[in-house]
Amino acid sequence: MTVSQIVPLLVILPLGAAFLIAVLANLPTGKPQQRNGRYLTSPLACAVVLANLVIAVSLLRVDVQQPIYVGGWGPDRTLGIQLLCDGLTKLMAVTINLVALVSIVFARPYMRRFTRVWLFEALFLLMTGAMNGVVLAGDLFNLFVFLEIAAIASYALVGFGCESEELEAAFKYLVLGTIGSAFILLGVTILYSLTGQLNMAKVAVVLQKIPANGPAVLLAAAALVAGLALKAAMVPFHAWLPDAHPSAPAPISAMLSGVLIKAAGIYALARIVFNVLGVNPYYANVLIALGVLSMVAGMFLALGQWDLKRLLAYSSISQAGYIVLALGVAAEVMSRATPDKAVAGLCLFGGLFHLFNHAAFKSLLFLSSGAIEQQVGTRRLRQMGGLARRMPVTSFCCRVGALSIAGVPPFNGFFSKLIIILALALAGHPALCAIAAGVAVGTLLMYIKVQRYALDGQPSGPAAQAKEAPALMGLAMLVLAIICIVAGLAFVPLRQYLFDPAGEILMRGREALLMGAAQ
Amino acid sequence: MNQSGMTLIVKNTARLVSGFITVFGIYIALTGHLTPGGGFAGGVILAAAAALVVLSFGRESSSKLITGPACHVADAAGALGFLVVALLGYLAGDFFINFVPLGQRHHLASGGAIPLSNLAILIKVGAGLAGAFLALSAFRLAPRPDLTGGEEL
Amino acid sequence: MGIAIYILTFALLLVGIYAVVAKKNVIKIILGVLLIDYAVNLLLVLVGYRSPTGTGQLGKAPILAEGESAAELARTAVDPLPQAMVLTSIVIGLGLTALMVAMAVRLYEKYGTFDMDRIRRLRG
Repeated sequence: MTVSQIVPLLVILPLGAAFLIAVLANLPTGKPQQRNGRYLTSPLACAVVLANLVIAVSLLRVDVQQPIYVGGWGPDRTLGIQLLCDGLTKLMAVTINLVALVSIVFARPYMRRFTRVWLFEALFLLMTGAMNGVVLAGDLFNLFVFLEIAAIASYALVGFGCESEELEAAFKYLVLGTIGSAFILLGVTILYSLTGQLNMAKVAVVLQKIPANGPAVLLAAAALVAGLALKAAMVPFHAWLPDAHPSAPAPISAMLSGVLIKAAGIYALARIVFNVLGVNPYYANVLIALGVLSMVAGMFLALGQWDLKRLLAYSSISQAGYIVLALGVAAEVMSRATPDKAVAGLCLFGGLFHLFNHAAFKSLLFLSSGAIEQQVGTRRLRQMGGLARRMPVTSFCCRVGALSIAGVPPFNGFFSKLIIILALALAGHPALCAIAAGVAVGTLLMYIKVQRYALDGQPSGPAAQAKEAPALMGLAMLVLAIICIVAGLAFVPLRQYLFDPAGEILMRGREALLMGAAQ
Repeated sequence: MNQSGMTLIVKNTARLVSGFITVFGIYIALTGHLTPGGGFAGGVILAAAAALVVLSFGRESSSKLITGPACHVADAAGALGFLVVALLGYLAGDFFINFVPLGQRHHLASGGAIPLSNLAILIKVGAGLAGAFLALSAFRLAPRPDLTGGEEL
Repeated sequence: MGIAIYILTFALLLVGIYAVVAKKNVIKIILGVLLIDYAVNLLLVLVGYRSPTGTGQLGKAPILAEGESAAELARTAVDPLPQAMVLTSIVIGLGLTALMVAMAVRLYEKYGTFDMDRIRRLRG
């Protein structure tokens, strides 16, 4: 089995399993109106995501030298679909499949109160397969199509419970997401009309010959950045997130906040700005502005929230702002007359490490908030209290997540925030460094609030009768908590295997995708 | 006489015409590599035939022929068929490679694996759109007292 | 064909954006989203237009007729790749339309109105 035969499996397995689940759950077996296939759907989904994670982790050790073309349409024919499998793709694939595995294991006991659980699992696998497709896609239109599949699956999943609030949130998310996708397609259209190619490597080559300040290139870049910033929930494009993430069922909130805004939004933004359009002071300043706005606005809006999941959603916006700020400063350092590779590399490492960490601890926080909501029955912080005594496993995991995101050593959030702040200072932006440090303090405040109202104190009200969450949910949360602790303590070997190859791809800019293929 | 559905003329016309529409849809899908159309267009026409049957005969009578779970199964089976066609490429070496020998130009058997993919897409789109039509027509809305719609359309 | 048709396509995009932003009825918002989608599809098809250089002929559809050679087709036909992209985009738009309409019907069941000003239980 060569690498080019294994890599498409990351997309095929979830997609095939999604439709197999739809068949199994609807085939009439035995007596009429009885469909026994429903009992098989959940183990099948868990097994498929586990297989995906195993493939993604084993791909980490493989160094892909040749570009992977689907269907044998090799490099000499310009219309083939190319799949990427470089360092950045491998990092994102590991992150996506890890969070997906934990979420689907958590979903097994959590979704018992909904009907049509097979539909949930089929849509979930569609979303996972499509997100894997986004990070594997090597040409612009393939990226767009997989982005759309993941987005449509997530619109349906956000409104899964069909209560009035969930439908309203899903409708708003749908309208805004569709407008964002239309802008992405507009950008791809303009790039196609300029260059005549869709393959990312070839577009990068042709764009190098066109002056970067031409109005068409700027319009394409503006449309792409606007659409992708909407998918990544940057301020001022964030309006859908505070409604969509709290209303979704907890495993979907974890997937949306943990990986969808990163795989669909920030990954695509980084790939297109660094590897296709090329770094440029304009794009760098735009990324820095988006990052700072998101960080500050997200933090202020989160501090005043009394709904647990809404607070977590706003804090997602804030932390995503950290990542985009780090990427923007790296782009700005790389586009100077004498680029400082060490500082740019440090910025990229900080940003990518925070991406991985945020996927881990934000999913953990959303999963534990889902467990709390299921057992206590409410999301309002003032009505909880003293859960540390009633639900020990859940509150331990929630505490680990809260301390990680607040940046307390020795958890992983501390290291990634420290690296970002140091890199900002070394890059010569003291103001940004101060803003980042201030937002870190604000994050600490909001999570002290969460811990004080939800976990500590005396049990009161509905929290007094809360019981511990079911075993599978506790297991899923513990896995993420262990990853938070391990990623913090062992980030030096993680840097060597996961983050340095990814950062190097972004540093190499427009030549990174060529890999020795023909022009 | 069956009270559900439309009048006798409509029902007889639907009986005559729906077969032709189905065959036309399948024709458009199978010759997708020679003439414009292909799987998606054929599937839409097939779903139109299903919608014609459901509309003329009423939901109660046509629910013996076209049911919700059957649409789900056919939908997913079409997608799995497409995936099987793509996976059969592994027989010829790589994912999604064409494994059917190419014939002469302008003949029906000249498209390689494309007519097979078109057939799978036909089933999927037809069943999917018919299922969507059934789901949307299942809503029975009770009239609300405060019937407002914002401004006038 | 000149520049007028591209300006009209962008005007269609702006009409769609106006409908989403300024209208309050849920159905009108859905129509606005569809207009935005179709405007971008139209732009994509227009981008692919090619007329053969030299002669004043219009570009033909990219279908290979009996007796024609591939080189001749490549010279006279329009670009088929944007047409394939538009087909995919139309299918995506169809799926989104079905989802939006289903959600609008369910919203009417729950809230009793199509007015976006009243469908505002989530705030803050």
